[in-house]
Amino acid sequence: MPEETHSPWEYAPAPESRAIANLQPSYRMFVDGEFVDGAGEPLKSVNPATEETLAEVSSAAASDVDNAVRAARKAFDRTWGKMPGSERAKYLFRIARLIQERGRELAVLETLDNGKPIKESRDADIPTAAAHFFHHAGWADKLSYAGYGPDPRPVGVAGQVIPWNFPLLMLAWKIAPALACGNTVVLKPAETTPLTALVFAEICQQAGLPPGVVNILPGAGDVGAELVGHAGVDKVAFTGSTEVGKQIQRTLAGSGKKLTLELGGKAANVVFDDAPLDQAVEGIVNGIFFNQGHVCCAGSRLLVQESVAEELLDKLRSRIATLRVGDPLDKNTDVGAVNSAEQLERITALSATGDAEGASRWTSPCPLPEKGFFFSPTVFSDVQQSMRIAREEIFGPVLSVLTFRTPDEAVAKANNTPYGLSAGIWTEKGSRILWAAQKMRAGVVWANTFNRFDPTAPFGGYQESGFGREGGRAGLEAYLDV
Amino acid sequence: MSDRLAVAKTYKLYVGGKFPRSESGRSYPVRDAKGGFLANAAQASRKDVRDAVSAARKAFGGWSGATAYNRGQVLFRVAEVMEGRRDQFAAELRAAEGLSQKAAESAVDAAVDRVVWYAGWTDKIASVLGAANPVAGPYFSFSVPEPTGVVGVLAPQSSSLLGLVSVVAPVIAAGNTCVVVASCERPLPAITLAEVLATSDVPGGVVNLLTGHAEELGPWLASHADVNALDPVGAPGELRGELERAAAETVKRVLPVRGEPDWNRQPDIQRLRAFTEVKTVWHPVGT
Repeated sequence: MPEETHSPWEYAPAPESRAIANLQPSYRMFVDGEFVDGAGEPLKSVNPATEETLAEVSSAAASDVDNAVRAARKAFDRTWGKMPGSERAKYLFRIARLIQERGRELAVLETLDNGKPIKESRDADIPTAAAHFFHHAGWADKLSYAGYGPDPRPVGVAGQVIPWNFPLLMLAWKIAPALACGNTVVLKPAETTPLTALVFAEICQQAGLPPGVVNILPGAGDVGAELVGHAGVDKVAFTGSTEVGKQIQRTLAGSGKKLTLELGGKAANVVFDDAPLDQAVEGIVNGIFFNQGHVCCAGSRLLVQESVAEELLDKLRSRIATLRVGDPLDKNTDVGAVNSAEQLERITALSATGDAEGASRWTSPCPLPEKGFFFSPTVFSDVQQSMRIAREEIFGPVLSVLTFRTPDEAVAKANNTPYGLSAGIWTEKGSRILWAAQKMRAGVVWANTFNRFDPTAPFGGYQESGFGREGGRAGLEAYLDV
Repeated sequence: MSDRLAVAKTYKLYVGGKFPRSESGRSYPVRDAKGGFLANAAQASRKDVRDAVSAARKAFGGWSGATAYNRGQVLFRVAEVMEGRRDQFAAELRAAEGLSQKAAESAVDAAVDRVVWYAGWTDKIASVLGAANPVAGPYFSFSVPEPTGVVGVLAPQSSSLLGLVSVVAPVIAAGNTCVVVASCERPLPAITLAEVLATSDVPGGVVNLLTGHAEELGPWLASHADVNALDPVGAPGELRGELERAAAETVKRVLPVRGEPDWNRQPDIQRLRAFTEVKTVWHPVGT
């Protein structure tokens, strides 16, 4: 289909100004209310779309973890832990407002640091992060209504480790409920995406948050391991790979500490023959290409009823061919940059197993920029359940397509995975939506939509996708001593 | 005239609704609180654990799919049948735990009442732990608790009946199925409970009761890939770390245990929460 490379839908580039990001040459870590130099080897944060170094970021060493945990403990004991919920609430409302006020700056900075399209950071990541603080602010003085007893207590100091795919949003998911419940936190952002977390630290200062309540320690996996295993931490929350999650669970075994894990996924997106196909195509695209497919709940296994498979795949390929891959700061860009060279290599290698195991690869004919880390949207058909591309999380813009004949077979195939984070259902029949949703062993089930998030809706996995929920009333449990 | 010789009973395991001997052919002596011989109990092996897990998995679909009303009735029926065996349980508790007749009867009463309490929870878990989520957008988003799956339970060692029902009842009330390792030194009330379960409409495989050593069987349960969650309350303290490490291989849910609770205290819903998953469904709204 060569004509699709010359689509009539050409737009002039519409880049967002990077000046809005207010990018600094260097960023420092945040401990006890101050920006300080870390004792670790400084990190260089790279723009994955251009491979240029954005800034130097101080990184934590074991001594910094000690200091941060001590500061968090002090803040918990002296101020935050005993502050009335109604006062804590106002700090959280302030933070929410400040995120909104500085939303544009945060969005551009996030896109520079992460590589995600500006339209996603601007319209999804940052507003949802603010919404999480708004939602949890209201909980701070209403915890006795949450269903965990008349006066549930905070856990103490929370050690939190978050991934690079949604840097600020994951921070909000972790910090907002922790603070609402009266805990203090030490958070380690991902090695490759620390910048918005450090601007968030500035927001904490602007909000007048007492020192030590929030501490941000940039660093690599070793800092995370140090934090997770630190004796002064009462609760650990981790979002990331299943492999690291298992290590953390092993580390905490027998310690009696509270742990929540949000791990990988291999979500089934199930299209029944009566589905609104054009709408389904949009949802499938959103399910797997949103954020370059760097989404733990991405709909990476498309299960299509055999009778509509060919028609759907044709529609899908022509739609995907129109996706614009390129400059993340361009408002027209649909698919941005893969976050790091390492991740690009992983996606490339795992995709190669698809070819080797006999799946049929289709790659979008879109042009790719010459510099930066990019991967063309890719669809594998003729995929069997035993193939690695159907079993392992690829964490990139790669879709595997399988077919089924009956609803029961669809459910059996959807559940044939050790993961269980999310699932999608596409059908016009409401009763079938609810039937399939009941049968799916997954923490979130989207019907005729995909990748929707809301602070009021609990999110989290079954089986090896982790345990614990984030969001809503269920999400409070992780940060309460109940 | 001579005294009548009692008919001694051979105690077995309870797996998949049947009462098999241990595959290993092993048994071990059970003694009363004063050290006197009571009986031999079957000593379950790794293979028995695997058989029990597969029985529990097989029963999961039916039990988790049963209506909450039905599960509540079945649990209440368990309480009814336990009540009918009150004297037998009391005698076993006197022997096993060295309790006075009065204390034994009160423990049995508490155990029966505990089952009734959980029977009443089956159709309330969803409304207490679930939610309608007021999301921004044209969706009806709701969250419902669902059973986690097959739960491995290491029952309390000292409280052989009240402790046992306090850990088994919440697991099955929430719709899970389970493999339970009974108190090692005091297994007889558990075996009698198995007979109660077998005759009280609980489908075979929903509860599988093994007698034997928690130290030996616990690690197999904790590392079994088809077990979704673990209640290690009856494991020796020094073993808990090892069990939790084994559980991490498949990201199992492990109930946090801080020593053995006071089983006489009225429980809260922590055990119901621990063995349920919250599933959030987004359903479109439109004309």
